[in-house]
Amino acid sequence: MPMSEFRMPSLGADMAAGTLVAWKVKPGDHVTRGMVVAEVETDKGIIEVEIFEDGVIEQLIVQPSQKVPVGTVLALLRHNGAPPAPPPPAPVPVMTAAGAPPAPSAPPAPAAERERVRVSPVARRLAAELGVDLSSVQGSGPHGAIERADVEAAAARKAAVAPPPSAPVTPAREPERPAGGDAQAAMRRAIAAAMARSNRDIPHYYLETRIDMSRPLRWLEAENQKRSVRDRLLPAVLLIKAVARALGDVPELNGYWIDDCHQPQEAINIGFAVALRQGGLVTPAIHHADLKSLDELMEALRDLITRVRSGRLRSSDLTDGTVTVTNLGDLGVEKVYGVIYPPQVALIGFGKVTEQPWAEGGMLGIRPVLTATLAADHRATDGRRGAQFLEALTRHLQEADKL
Amino acid sequence: MTPVQTLSAAQIKEVIFACLKQIAPEADLESLSPDVNVREALDIDSFDYLNFMIALDAELGVAIPEADYGQLATLNDIVRYISARLA
Repeated sequence: MPMSEFRMPSLGADMAAGTLVAWKVKPGDHVTRGMVVAEVETDKGIIEVEIFEDGVIEQLIVQPSQKVPVGTVLALLRHNGAPPAPPPPAPVPVMTAAGAPPAPSAPPAPAAERERVRVSPVARRLAAELGVDLSSVQGSGPHGAIERADVEAAAARKAAVAPPPSAPVTPAREPERPAGGDAQAAMRRAIAAAMARSNRDIPHYYLETRIDMSRPLRWLEAENQKRSVRDRLLPAVLLIKAVARALGDVPELNGYWIDDCHQPQEAINIGFAVALRQGGLVTPAIHHADLKSLDELMEALRDLITRVRSGRLRSSDLTDGTVTVTNLGDLGVEKVYGVIYPPQVALIGFGKVTEQPWAEGGMLGIRPVLTATLAADHRATDGRRGAQFLEALTRHLQEADKL
Repeated sequence: MTPVQTLSAAQIKEVIFACLKQIAPEADLESLSPDVNVREALDIDSFDYLNFMIALDAELGVAIPEADYGQLATLNDIVRYISARLA
């Protein structure tokens, strides 16, 4: 029978399990590839999970608020044209902190109702811990978004007016963590796991080069003068496009090292490190950066950063990156020596553009200078290829009008 | 758009705060000293800064050229700059 299983995806090297927050579909719904079918909470916040096959939802196996390991079957998908069949419900390995069987959870709010309420990941987690019903909370954030303070206020009101319930209603999720700073602590642990694995397994080599940014920045300034404020381009999109072009020239740096095997990828999906205001970072992917115009890249960047900040990332954002770019140019640092995000094989770092003495053609001048670094996996490539990449990057930046 | 000619420095500051609130909702703007670097104090990156410029343009009709960003370090600077542009 043409039936397939939709499993808890691995949303990064650092994820072991996820909590199903809500289903966006119900049995009988037709789904198509790329459709968001569920929301899953990970250490990096709430992620919208997409499905990668067309078909009809046959059965939802895991229920909202259940935490299950990566790879657990979440739902069964019937392929189009196949007759419906009653499959036996698979046992679900639900994880609880103490390893005890899960307490029966309250019926989840309908997905549609949840959808309209904007809730920050921190607030959602806190609400679960404090037993606050989010539908009863008035948000004070932008567009009525529910924020941490709103949940805390609601919890305080609840404690003040209501006697403690006789039965424990708070989900027994990870009670060992302190309520305050919980999301941050989880995020730190996720980053710690990925970065420790990277430094343990990946023999990094580092190269750096100084790039004269006079021409690209002059071009960008002139270009932005022609544009309205809303349509301005940020220097970051020039860097992203130039990296994408240079990866086209040196494709070995774009891809993965998996099971002792170098697997360069054709699609150039640039994971762009975005810091979260509350601490930590995520590196969602800008898909096919080499095929996008500067305007399209700016739009993609805007979309990604906005979704990172509002906690609306999708599974493909987190799983499709083939290389990472980190840009610390907004801060004072000149150089970034990156830690590669496994299983990728390269990370490109940009520092701040600073005025520096620049000797060229026997003349000394002052130029805006950017230091680009490459951290690369020596199992996959050697310094020569890395050097060729940085040279190509410099060349593409000098021809900003062609990016 | 607001009838901009009549705005006082205090009103301009209010609009600036509203714009900053959009990009840094958790910032305690009341405690923001008027003579510190706003980007540093609120940890605003270039993406958020552009959003701030877009918001100021939308609220006040003042399109600030990139070349003038250097004149906008502190809250006082921004109020002074916008007052001058609206005058």
